[in-house]
Amino acid sequence: MYAFIAKRLLVAVPTLLIISIFVFSLQKLLPGDPILAMAGEERDPQVLEYLREKYRLNDPVAYQYVAWLGSALQGDLGISLRTNQPVLHLIAQKLPPTIQLAVMSMVFAILVGVPMGILAATRKNTVFDYVASIVALSGLSIPNFWLGIMLILLVSVQLGWLPASGYESIFVDPVKSIKTMLMPSFVLGTGLAATLMRHTRSAMIGVLTSDYIRTARAKGLPERAVVLEHSFRNALLPIITLGALLFGELLAGAVLTEQIFTIPGFGKLIVDAVFNRDYAVVQGVVLCTAVGFILMNLIADILYVLLNPRMRAAL
Amino acid sequence: MKRITMPLVASVVAGVVLAFPAFAAELKIGLQDDPDVLDPAQSRTFVGRIVYTAMCDKLVDVSPDLKLVPQLATEWTWSDDGKQLTMKLREGVKFHDGTDFNADAVVATIERNLTLPESRRKSELASVEKIEATGPLEVKFTLKSADATLVAQLSDRAGMIVSPTAAKELGADFGSKPVCAGPFKFVERVQNDKIVLEKFADYWDKDNIFLDKVTYLPIPDSTVRLANLQSGDLDFVERLAPSDAGTAKADANLTYADVVNLGYMSMYINVGNGPRADNPLGKDKRLRQAFSLAIDREAIAKVAFEGTAVAGNQPFPPSSPWFNKSLPVLGRDVEKAKALMKEAGVDRLPVELGASNSPIVMQVMQMIQAMVSEAGFDVSLKTTEFATLLDEQTAGNYQAARTDWSGRVDPDGNIHQFVTCKGGINDTKYCNPEVDKLLDEARQSTDEAVRKQKYDAATAILNDELPIIYFGHQSWIWAFKKSVTGFVPSPDGMIRLVGVKNAG
Repeated sequence: MYAFIAKRLLVAVPTLLIISIFVFSLQKLLPGDPILAMAGEERDPQVLEYLREKYRLNDPVAYQYVAWLGSALQGDLGISLRTNQPVLHLIAQKLPPTIQLAVMSMVFAILVGVPMGILAATRKNTVFDYVASIVALSGLSIPNFWLGIMLILLVSVQLGWLPASGYESIFVDPVKSIKTMLMPSFVLGTGLAATLMRHTRSAMIGVLTSDYIRTARAKGLPERAVVLEHSFRNALLPIITLGALLFGELLAGAVLTEQIFTIPGFGKLIVDAVFNRDYAVVQGVVLCTAVGFILMNLIADILYVLLNPRMRAAL
Repeated sequence: MKRITMPLVASVVAGVVLAFPAFAAELKIGLQDDPDVLDPAQSRTFVGRIVYTAMCDKLVDVSPDLKLVPQLATEWTWSDDGKQLTMKLREGVKFHDGTDFNADAVVATIERNLTLPESRRKSELASVEKIEATGPLEVKFTLKSADATLVAQLSDRAGMIVSPTAAKELGADFGSKPVCAGPFKFVERVQNDKIVLEKFADYWDKDNIFLDKVTYLPIPDSTVRLANLQSGDLDFVERLAPSDAGTAKADANLTYADVVNLGYMSMYINVGNGPRADNPLGKDKRLRQAFSLAIDREAIAKVAFEGTAVAGNQPFPPSSPWFNKSLPVLGRDVEKAKALMKEAGVDRLPVELGASNSPIVMQVMQMIQAMVSEAGFDVSLKTTEFATLLDEQTAGNYQAARTDWSGRVDPDGNIHQFVTCKGGINDTKYCNPEVDKLLDEARQSTDEAVRKQKYDAATAILNDELPIIYFGHQSWIWAFKKSVTGFVPSPDGMIRLVGVKNAG
């Protein structure tokens, strides 16, 4: 098991390297000059030249990359062109809101999507199944920004139940923190819940029609045990894969949701950075996101092994 | 809550125990975007200036009727040749770190703006040869050539005096903990989240400061900003979108305010910036006139901006004293436009028009596209995000492009750098020695009547040659709780907090 984890972590190194090269080159292909963007109305050629030198933008791209990689390996991800703050500091600031939003949305999605999927599968082609499918489809189709604004207008402006937007650290004021995050995680969670529900349903239907389930029923096991103990555990594998991938995506930041609810997380950071051609910030955030994604995949793989004895044998 | 210091806790406790607890007045302001670096020498965003208005006093301030009025400088005089500006400074002023404000601090700040390699104030202060302290509270600027716009420059970031102690200590990193002499001092900043300021107890005009704490929260979406105000999470919002103006006006709990701003909305026509200027529109002013005539400026102001904008045809709005009244904003005239097209020997003309991809910009561009098509222009819209548009404009990789300007108090700031041959932001590369001469002379004279005459002559030429087609002026739109009083809307869009109270 440990050897397996070590092997996976080792493979992550070249992956991260390739991602960083890829992002670095893609950014350089973008039109738009970061120095012009940051100089604003000041067009004094001397100032522009100084800034180009300071941020090494006159060097060949390959050299710029090596220089970036060199400092990154020493834990220095550079400084933001826009605000002069160290990128590492920015990431540390933005990571907690993003993680909180991701966790709360995921919890919501699992609590709603998985039971709904199981129920829809066991009641296949009944009214419940159809209604659940319609609800799920609506959850997927309603755009986040629209749902977000409607919720703000209803829950905050009309009813005054929850704060309209913003962020409060969970360590400073846990109640307020959860309250501010409720609407965004609901908005983000509905789409995820729908995806999870659809996948749970089809995985469950697959398992429920297999021979050993018929055997289980034949020997007189109660339906509850058949569904939850015998079927669900086997249907869990694809759900875990999907859940891990979805969670990895959430860590990359939910741009629209963060924008609407003004959550100072990764999504907003990276969008601002791309618009301002703030190369170092984009690079740092993408790297951090990639690490998150790789970790989530690793966790999914470990869960696989724990759930499926056959895979333990294969290790 | 970590930030609360012991003295503050002690005073709160004492207040509760000893007397009726004093209610700390706070103002939460929703901004449209997050400022960039908070160093007056380096920053470049409009929104940053809003925060500075509370944090950093300037030598000169601007009144709501756009007069230059004393702030840290109490009076100023020009020498007869217009090459020396002497300023008397306010007595008894302190910076937030306790350093005394005096002539040396002013000299240090101006020199910092001129010499710091990262400074973005160099163009604004380009006319300054040197600055020296001529007394403990008096400074003298010596100029390379006469520059009447200098006082107006000193009413913005170039004239924000920073603590020399802090500037020396932090250098280019000053923005991490800015120290100025304004009514509120910096407490903390979380990027994209909030900027917190608190009342500066030793402010020179502290008797007119009625707020203890100010928090700026960047909330990019106008509707969400307004929703936060309506739900009570904010006390004040700036730059509401015209589409939200109606909601704000209709809400009985809110006060609505708007004022036409100092800037303009326009389209650049590439007349000389590289090979892409070689096209009929760039070479024949009659086609540009036809294009301008085909636009219904009133309709744009009424429909796209829901009546909050005004139609315009010059770099100054019709309400400005600098507006050239002999060139009134004309209505749409498609027949005349067609006649001009015919005269130029063009039947239909394809035009590629660049624009940034925000909803309201697109709406306006589509209106213009439809309007000018009736006169014979086949406009294809090329939308990019702002940084790309800026890059292409500077590089001359465009035929026509939509650009706005936030505006300056001095008329020079709305016109000189855009249309003079060597102007810093002249992206159309329009070059006419006569216009250069008029605008240089206008810059050098301290006599307003002379300046007005020069600007009138220049706008008349520009209105004929049209390297820039101006079509209107937006308004700043604010909304705030009824409990907030004392706010005076100003065409410069700033939120001045002197005299502002929040009873709620």
